Amino acid sequence: MERKTPLYDIHVEEGGKIVPFAGYLLPVQYGTGIIAEHEAVRTQVGLFDVSHMGEVLFTGPGALATINHLFTNDYTDMPIGRVRYGVMCNEHGGCIDDLIVYKFGEEEYFVVVNASNREKDVAHMEANLLPDTSFEDLSDGIAELALQGPLAKDVMAKLCDIDQLPKGYYRAVRHVEVAGIDCMVSRTGYTGEFGYELYCAPSEAIALWRALREAGPEFGLIPCGLGARDTLRLEASMPLYGHEMDEDTTPLEAGLNLGVRMNKQEFIGREAILAAGEPKHIRVGLEATGRGIMREHMDVYAGGELVGHTTSGTFAPHLKKAIAMARIDVSHSAVGTELEVEVRGRRIPATIVPMPFYKHA
Amino acid sequence: MSTIPAELSYTKSHEWVSVEDDVYTIGLTDYAQDALGDLVFVNLPEEGDEVVAGEAFADVESVKAVSDVFSPVTGVVIAINEELLDAPETINEDPYGAWFVRVGNVTEVGDLLDADAYAALCEQEG
Repeated sequence: MERKTPLYDIHVEEGGKIVPFAGYLLPVQYGTGIIAEHEAVRTQVGLFDVSHMGEVLFTGPGALATINHLFTNDYTDMPIGRVRYGVMCNEHGGCIDDLIVYKFGEEEYFVVVNASNREKDVAHMEANLLPDTSFEDLSDGIAELALQGPLAKDVMAKLCDIDQLPKGYYRAVRHVEVAGIDCMVSRTGYTGEFGYELYCAPSEAIALWRALREAGPEFGLIPCGLGARDTLRLEASMPLYGHEMDEDTTPLEAGLNLGVRMNKQEFIGREAILAAGEPKHIRVGLEATGRGIMREHMDVYAGGELVGHTTSGTFAPHLKKAIAMARIDVSHSAVGTELEVEVRGRRIPATIVPMPFYKHA
Repeated sequence: MSTIPAELSYTKSHEWVSVEDDVYTIGLTDYAQDALGDLVFVNLPEEGDEVVAGEAFADVESVKAVSDVFSPVTGVVIAINEELLDAPETINEDPYGAWFVRVGNVTEVGDLLDADAYAALCEQEG
């Protein structure tokens, strides 16, 4: 039985096409359609319900040591109010999940995980807590909205004191009054665009959504669903758990090197990643040069040789090109390499291009 | 509520058909385009290709997924709407103007619904 986010009734009222996703009933799109929603985020501003995301809190004198043990990134010298990406690996170096860590205080770390992985994440975290660490799954007590797009700040300016907003990318402010509602606001997102994520109490989510919607029309704000969230993240080359990474893929194979600190003394999975040596397959970006749209799980060939498979693919609405991410043998992974992707029995030419496919101005 | 012109015939798989001088023109209904979402790619057969009633003769891709388009008749493609190849969004904007193919030499016509029966089907599918 799928669960509803606090905004479910709003999605129905807004004309959302509701689908089951990660155990929740969420809108895949609204009446304007995925392309218009995607373009709103690239050129103006879009509003997403991402309340399905999981949130957990580590506190206590052992909290920092625990997250450094659990996650691949190094959180040691992180200033309060910063946000940092990371991966949680199993003993074999495979990815259990990817996540972002917010530092609220010297002994307080708030972590956002994927909804689809929440239960196994919580089990793994609880099983691997170091001493003097308290752990709590807060997911059911938090709603999350994402306001994304170049005009996001203009919308916020109508509802809050913009001097209180986080000043840089991957920074957060724990209490900002937005339309009279207490929110944690961060400069984060999953679209490759400027924007904010707002966390609030579930009981206030509807009021916050309505306030943002009412402030938004003059800036072209429209509600956006999971469909646009996926095309936006893919166009920005952001990995998605279960696609670009899974429990059999190391974070290095997934190209997440920036979130992995191998020089850190210890984290779960480090030994296995070291033992595996240089990755044999890595994540690359592909752009179709022939007619056709690449999707996930399609075979990729170099001449007659099978050299990998796609992990995500779509028609990129802003770039107006068919793009994909793929896991490819390192020997065929250089930018500019011409490959072929088997799209339903037909091979179409595709070239490895630099990622991200799209980067905002 | 989607548009269902009274003068056309329909298939259970959401294609529309019009017949004039034994030439069958085929497209996707308003209900279908709405369910599929923004279309970004179309594959059409070529002139001279045979199509078979109940079998796929074209496919359309939205941002999210690919879907087959089924032929309501058996016959030979005598014209394709090449404009769709460059402007698949026309199917979303004007589904009953955006014909896919015209088929001649028709030897078999599958089960077709009139507008009322098709409206009932759409109602049922929600």
